[in-house]
Amino acid sequence: MEKGTETVKRGHAQMLKGGVIMDVVTPEHARIAEDAGACAVMALERVPADIRAHGGVARMSDPGLIVRIMEAVSIPVMAKCRIGHFVEAQILEAIGVDYVDESEVLTPADEEHHIDKWTFKVPFVCGCRNLGEALRRIGEGAAMIRTKGEAGTGDVVEAVRHARAVLGEIRRLAAMRTDELMAYSKDIGAPYELVCETAQKGRLPVVNFAAGGVATPADAAMMMQLGMDGVFVGSGIFKSSEPARRGKAIVEAVTHYNDPKILAEVSKGLGEAMVGIGVTQLPEKERLAARGW
Amino acid sequence: MDGETALKIGVLALQGDFQEHETILTSLGVDVREVRLPEQLDGLDGLILPGGESTTFGKLAVTFGLLEPLRSLARSLPMWGTCGGLVFMAKKVGFDQPIMGVLDVVVERNAFGRQVDSFEQDINVRGIEGGPFHGVFIRAPVVRQVGPAVEVLCALQDGRIVAVRQGSLMGTSFHPELTDDPRIHKYFLKIVSEKKG
Repeated sequence: MEKGTETVKRGHAQMLKGGVIMDVVTPEHARIAEDAGACAVMALERVPADIRAHGGVARMSDPGLIVRIMEAVSIPVMAKCRIGHFVEAQILEAIGVDYVDESEVLTPADEEHHIDKWTFKVPFVCGCRNLGEALRRIGEGAAMIRTKGEAGTGDVVEAVRHARAVLGEIRRLAAMRTDELMAYSKDIGAPYELVCETAQKGRLPVVNFAAGGVATPADAAMMMQLGMDGVFVGSGIFKSSEPARRGKAIVEAVTHYNDPKILAEVSKGLGEAMVGIGVTQLPEKERLAARGW
Repeated sequence: MDGETALKIGVLALQGDFQEHETILTSLGVDVREVRLPEQLDGLDGLILPGGESTTFGKLAVTFGLLEPLRSLARSLPMWGTCGGLVFMAKKVGFDQPIMGVLDVVVERNAFGRQVDSFEQDINVRGIEGGPFHGVFIRAPVVRQVGPAVEVLCALQDGRIVAVRQGSLMGTSFHPELTDDPRIHKYFLKIVSEKKG
């Protein structure tokens, strides 16, 4: 019996495909998310919109809170650690979270290095803005990738930018001659073997979710039509006026992402979406996506 | 595949790793259909319920009117559930969640623990020839009790049941779709072919 293998780490993300992972800050939220059909929850002290508002250093959440959320639901529970903070990751592994998000939403603990994720049994998901960044994270052992988007804004524009960047680069890569791959891997700063594997498969070697600014069923379905494997919704659900209805509608939109009639139906009467901040109004230094190397 | 027309196999595509099943089925010459709505069940020879979150399957199946059609079809249509799909087919799971209740077993969800306890192990499955099968168990369920019509296809050394068959219904705790070994998919297609006659 072998535990913590690449197959079971990556395989767990494969079970989340076509699903919605929701940010929750209390056990009650977690139960609402599970009832809405979430395939997993992300346990946090504050959703990204509140992390922005609060300011200061954002760290791993209280393990006690995460454990209470784990006890409240039967679906997988993820939790975030700071970029490079391998001891926060060890703590999250020790309490038994199902996935660790090494996240730019928290204040980075290391401005050069990400965590060596191969040394853990628990699988990691990491954010990216382009193919090079995605493959560097996979090279460090990430078993799942997500776009960074711009968390806590309710503005989907950055998630779209990052999804189009990754998927467009993969399409161009798949059309390359094999003798072009080494120079390409040097250009984008990605491990050569992973560049070859991505070219051959025509997709990332791991599951690839959208994240960072998804707020409506239409946002979620657009990310799916662009070619993402599933969707994280952070502040978008519990910062809206009717979280239970909106959560359920986003789950339904991800399943029926290619059916505009159903999308129209599920989008009706959801109340106010989160107010949000336009990313263009955001000063450069407040952009979370720039964190990570 | 013998016979002139390819078998038509549906894969429940509400959530989960349905594409992984589709890849193997396609390589075996099967006509694959994704099922998200009741009308997509028409004309199938068999149905696979993939891995994923059984609670998510249940909620979506209720909302989109799939639960009753699936229950009545299970009396005649061969079905195979892997992991979350097995949970969804079971009669009892110990949680308050919508399930089909067609496979006469009691299932315990996440029976090996959380993700850090997910594992790979070679197992022997009754009816699968050519040596052990590589079992991939991810937050896997086990079968705690089986009804009289249920045949155990595989139990681990400690006795925990991880593969069952009841007539033309099948359930596995593990994920053959995450390997490149098509033997269990072929086994299911044999059940489908025999049923089709």
